[in-house]
Amino acid sequence: MDKLIQLLNVFALLSLLAVGGGSAVLPQMEHETVGIHHWLSADSFASIYSLGQMAPGPNMSMVGLIGYKASGIAGMIVVLLAFYLPSSFLVYVVSHVWDAFKENPWRDSIQKGMAPITIGLMLAGVYAVGKTASFDIHRPGWFNAITILIGLTIVALLFIRRFNPAVLILLSGAIGWFVLRLN
Amino acid sequence: MSDPVVQPAATPAPTPTKIFQIFFKIGITSFGGGLVAYLQDEIVGKQKWLTEDDFLAALEIGQTLPGLNSANVAVIAGRKLAGPRGSLAALLGLVLPGVVILCILGVLYERFHQNPDVAAALAGIAAAAVGLLLQVTLKIGKKQFLRPLDLLFVIVTFVLSGILHVSLVAVLFIVAPFAIMLYRPRSNKSPSHG
Repeated sequence: MDKLIQLLNVFALLSLLAVGGGSAVLPQMEHETVGIHHWLSADSFASIYSLGQMAPGPNMSMVGLIGYKASGIAGMIVVLLAFYLPSSFLVYVVSHVWDAFKENPWRDSIQKGMAPITIGLMLAGVYAVGKTASFDIHRPGWFNAITILIGLTIVALLFIRRFNPAVLILLSGAIGWFVLRLN
Repeated sequence: MSDPVVQPAATPAPTPTKIFQIFFKIGITSFGGGLVAYLQDEIVGKQKWLTEDDFLAALEIGQTLPGLNSANVAVIAGRKLAGPRGSLAALLGLVLPGVVILCILGVLYERFHQNPDVAAALAGIAAAAVGLLLQVTLKIGKKQFLRPLDLLFVIVTFVLSGILHVSLVAVLFIVAPFAIMLYRPRSNKSPSHG
């Protein structure tokens, strides 16, 4: 029960702090679930995050799997409700009164001011997942070289053309299947 | 910003069940991210439930407020179509298919992640996921990376949150006020950037 309440607290707060989308809360989510509460390993976090990329719908639904790891089916339900409901309720209420703020010049200031912070948080999210998925000191150098190369290739490919990310994910899985073996 | 091809939403207001069905369809077919485009395609294009302008207004609110952009747009669109029940129907429809599929992937992961073949494939997938997130970050942050003062805020936020694990509440309520003040409304002259 205690664990369910901890899950509720962590993810409800993340829901309301997810400015600029779900990726902004990745660093804090990783730190809370892996570093503080030890609900899962850093490795599992990176894997679960990438499973989220393979499912349709919002990628961040992968938080349900973190809840499952921590506390089974009940944990999954609690985390999904905690992650989706608070922000949805907020947007439901605020979208009613939004027009009152439409012309307020501070709205523009808030958007411009928040932009670099959102980017900084997303970059921290890249680091939070990348520190195990792309570069792990416990793995051999060639392995890290390949994982980094896969990531950078995808960045380059997506800047050249709008490939479907799901296809790139599957291709990378296939490449991994052949070359990313440790024994 | 948006084209002035505003056609009025002609179709009668859909029921929550219908809303659920359409969002479920989006929720189960939208592989590979870019959910907002799928939403726009269906809600504005095919169903004609919202006008282009209404959709963009909903998106703007959804991006400004916390929460996932796609989920927020679903909540707003659902509300406009059928009130609170519409919102709930839209959100559930959008999220449920992915959750079910993730459950299946999660079970498979639990069972097979020790298997060397699966572990090797997962390592490739995880490496790719980092690339996807980095690319989105670079794309969205194009302007911010090129503006020295913005870049400073990007770096400060990265270090505080990513390296030092300063809590998100502290980052948002201590760093953000400085950034917002920097862009505070000027009464007579417009800020020096676009």
